[in-house]
Formats: sequence, C-alpha cells, structure tokens
Amino acid sequence: MAHDEKSAHDPHHDELAHPMPVSMLIGVWAVLMFFTVLTVWAAQQGLGSQTSFIVAMIIATIKAGLVMSIFMHLWWDKRMNLFTFLGSFLFVMLFIGMALTDKSEYNHDIISKMESDSAQAQTSTGAPTMPSTK
Amino acid sequence: MTDATAEAVHGHSGGHGHQDPIHAANPFLAHHFDTPRQQFEAGKFGIWLFLVTEILFFSGLFCAYTIYRTLDPDVFEWGHYFLDTKLGAVNTSVLILSSLTAAWAVRNAQLQQHRALIINIVITLLCASTFMVVKYTEYSHKFHAGLLPGKYFQPTEEAWEMPSYEKKNGPPPEGFLDGKPEGIEKAEKLITRGHPYKFDPPPHAARFFGIYFCMTGLHGIHVLVGMGIWIWMLVKGVKRQFGPNYFGPVDYAALYWHLVDLIWIYLFPLLYLID
Repeated sequence: MAHDEKSAHDPHHDELAHPMPVSMLIGVWAVLMFFTVLTVWAAQQGLGSQTSFIVAMIIATIKAGLVMSIFMHLWWDKRMNLFTFLGSFLFVMLFIGMALTDKSEYNHDIISKMESDSAQAQTSTGAPTMPSTK
Repeated sequence: MTDATAEAVHGHSGGHGHQDPIHAANPFLAHHFDTPRQQFEAGKFGIWLFLVTEILFFSGLFCAYTIYRTLDPDVFEWGHYFLDTKLGAVNTSVLILSSLTAAWAVRNAQLQQHRALIINIVITLLCASTFMVVKYTEYSHKFHAGLLPGKYFQPTEEAWEMPSYEKKNGPPPEGFLDGKPEGIEKAEKLITRGHPYKFDPPPHAARFFGIYFCMTGLHGIHVLVGMGIWIWMLVKGVKRQFGPNYFGPVDYAALYWHLVDLIWIYLFPLLYLID
C-alpha cells in the first residue's frame, strides 16, 4: 500500500504529521458561521416550502463539504478513506431512495388507529373492539 | 505495508521484542505495528470505517424523516413552530466552534504544543456542555408543554406561551387563553386569515415530536460520548503523551467529533428551519 500519491502537495512526505495552518482553520470556521447565518436568514424570507428546503439543503451540503474536506482532512487524506466514507452516502441514497419508491403503499394510519382503539379501551368499560382486518 | 527499515530491524528473527530502536524511540507504538505510520494509518482507516457505520446508523432516522415528511408535510410545518430557531442557531454555532477547537487540538498534538492542546480540548468540552445545557432547556420546555411523541402527546396551554411560538405568531388574542368567548372569536377570525391561532394539531402531529426526540436524542447521546472521549484525550494531553509520531487518538477523536457536527449541520435546517 503505497503512500506516495497522498502527499504530493507536501515536500515533507516522510513525516507523519501534517499540521493545518491556523489561518486555514479559522477561515473555515468563519465561512461555516457565515453559512449558518445565511441559512437562518434564508429560512425567514418566505421562499415557499419547496424552494426554502432546497436552499437549506444546498447550504447544509456546502457546510458539510467544508467540514469533511478541511476539518476532517479528507482533501489530503488517503483516497481510500475518502472513497470509504463517500461509499456510505451511496448506500444511504439507495436506502432512502428505495424506501421512498413505495411510500404510497404504507398504511400510515395504522398507528393512529391503534391509538384511538386504546383510547376507546381506556374510556369505555366494555371490551375494546378489535380493528377489523378486512 | 511493511517499511523497509522496520523489516530490517524487526525482521523475522527477533519476534515481538521491544528492544528494536523504532519501538524504543516510540513508547506508544504497539508491539504489533512496525512503525508509527503503520499504526496511525491502521487506526485512521479503522475510525473511517466506524464513521461509515455511524452514517448508516443515523440514515435510518433520516429515512424515517424523509418518508414521514413527504407523507405529512403539514405535520412538520406545524410542529416546527414549537422549536426555537434562536436556540437551534446557538447550538449550531457552539458545535461549529467546538469543531474548530477540535481540529486545532489535532494541530497542537502534532506540534507538541501541550498547553494549547489542553486549552483547545477544554474549550471543546465547554462547547459540548453548552450544547447539552441548551438541549436540556429545550427538552424540559417540551416536557412541560406536553409536546411529546405518541400517546404522550398531550399539549397544554404552555405550548402556546412558548417564546418560539409567540415570536413567530405574535401573542394570542386577549382572553383566548382564558377561554373567554370574545377571545376565541378573535382567534377564529385570525385562523380564517391564515394564522394558526387555534390549538388544533393536524392528524399525526405527535410524529413530529417522535422524530424530533429520536433524532436530537441520538445526536445528544453522541455528544455525551464525545465529551467522554475528550476527557480521555485531556488526561492523555495533561500527561504530555502526544507528539509528531503519536497524535492518532486526538485525530480520531476529532474525526468523530466532526461527524457529530456534520449530523447537526443537517438536523438544524431539517427540524428548525422548515418554511
């Protein structure tokens, strides 16, 4: 497992530690704070639920990208670690995407039905009526 | 992965002796690793694999969020009025600051800046504590107002008096909370103009709080675990154990901490900033 390609930017590639410049750390922090203020401000502009959701997710993804590439050092890290981590998002997308495709099949009243049945059972002294399963 | 020099020194003859110069010079180099680099990179890959499992772990909750929000968008629009955007923004800022100090602590460990390392870890811990105190305040408000998941969802009048709700909708009409007819009448007029001045939660309203408490609760547990890890790093830092060849533990702790921050970066707009 060669570790040459990862430190092409760094003349001291035989050294283990690559300390990050303080100016870069503080710069990333300032940008993250700016985007935090921006996302709160954008949410109050009444853009409509769809647009404001997309705007909020774009801003969050920019912030996440900064944290991952700079703070988590993925920009300079071995590509193996980057692909491992990004691979998890691939599976998350598959997971949520697949789950969304059949969301209309859900019987999404089943919990409230159970709740109302148990509420009936609590109030009425008689035996609770079982929900008919067709 | 075997380093040429280590091979020569370690060889196949000496077994696991600690007398070779590399191990003698690096008291924290475990005997089953040949070089500090090998130890560091193995640990680093390990923590990335762990972070992958964390992403998949949280993705279950994000999936639940996505499905329930697409099924009942009204529930989320209604429910988010009970979350205080200001407190959420404060917590976001606090976590971002702690991410900065965590990344800085890695630098300190690499450069053997013992004092700065301790200061940065302490700031990280203070930020984490602030986060948890704010979270506690938010939770206790919701407990008192009966804004809880499932069958525990029994909102009281306190829900109306929550500052976050009032800030977004203005105070309720006079006499409304006392149940006076003129107050209720005024409130009814406001509803017809699109103001949510009547406490009629949409069907399945409790789901919002189910998802809210599960997501922020699991995240909060991660913050608590992170605090424990930082205390551990603080102890090691006070003992001056870190240096250019042994900073892995601080690096791994910081990576975990950034992941906790990453998740909050998404939770904040998804729960607090619904339009």
